[in-house]
Amino acid sequence: MTIDLADVPIWAAIPAAAFLVIGAGLSLLGTLGLVRLQTFYDRIHAPTLATSWGAGGMVMASMIIFTAASARPVFHEILIGIFVTVTTPVTLMMLGRATLYRDRMENSPDLPKAARHVPEPEDEEKEEQNT
Amino acid sequence: MSAIIPYPLLAAGLVLMWLLLGGFTPGHLVLSIIVGVGCSHALAALGEKSLKVRRWLAIPRLFGIVLYDIVRSNIAVAGIILSGQRRTRSSGFITIPLKVRHPSALAILSIILTSTPGTAWLDYSSARGELLIHVFDLVDPEQWVELIGTRYERLLMEIFE
Repeated sequence: MTIDLADVPIWAAIPAAAFLVIGAGLSLLGTLGLVRLQTFYDRIHAPTLATSWGAGGMVMASMIIFTAASARPVFHEILIGIFVTVTTPVTLMMLGRATLYRDRMENSPDLPKAARHVPEPEDEEKEEQNT
Repeated sequence: MSAIIPYPLLAAGLVLMWLLLGGFTPGHLVLSIIVGVGCSHALAALGEKSLKVRRWLAIPRLFGIVLYDIVRSNIAVAGIILSGQRRTRSSGFITIPLKVRHPSALAILSIILTSTPGTAWLDYSSARGELLIHVFDLVDPEQWVELIGTRYERLLMEIFE
């Protein structure tokens, strides 16, 4: 579907432009943070800017523009927002836990005492059986 | 009801998604209902337990709180990244004891914590019920235990348990 952006009325163009700038700006900030922050654990926070309101703002802008231009409600972009939000934890938890596992194995000084490996109750039982 | 449609929520969600993508016509409605009911029977064959929501009223409240917190932490994290290294900031790990055990509630908590910039879910021990998170701007650990323990966990337990 092609639309002529000149057909979009001004009352829709202004909020859409605002949402687009907010969304794109937050995504840019997220990538900047990914480059500039120092440790891995700090870095995994930066991209969540892009996956929360970065994507959300752009989805809102798209819904407003296409609803105004095609004169019927267009909502299917919201599915993008939902699926981005629901699938983000999969990647982030995988990366986070892999790093945590490596740091625990290496006994990294970056990890405070709270994050060090605490044996699970089952592990202790197994160790007792072995000895 | 559960014999005809084993997962009413999943079936309704699939119908809604189909209609959003395909447009609302009688043909699409019939087709989407067939797909929705078929898919929920396929999931039933896998032996997944059906999700029971105990209090629907708590869902919009949780949704509102989460949306507000995401906006707030977006502004906070964006501010920290923009200010660069000028401001001293300490990030750190916190262990949070969780009472909630329901797998779906934990899944939703993980979505909330990862989509909120500033908190990252790292590890969860189901044997001890302890959650390890990393906080970007850690000022007071007690405040975070309080926030997750009362604000999110209580509502999630109301919904699922």
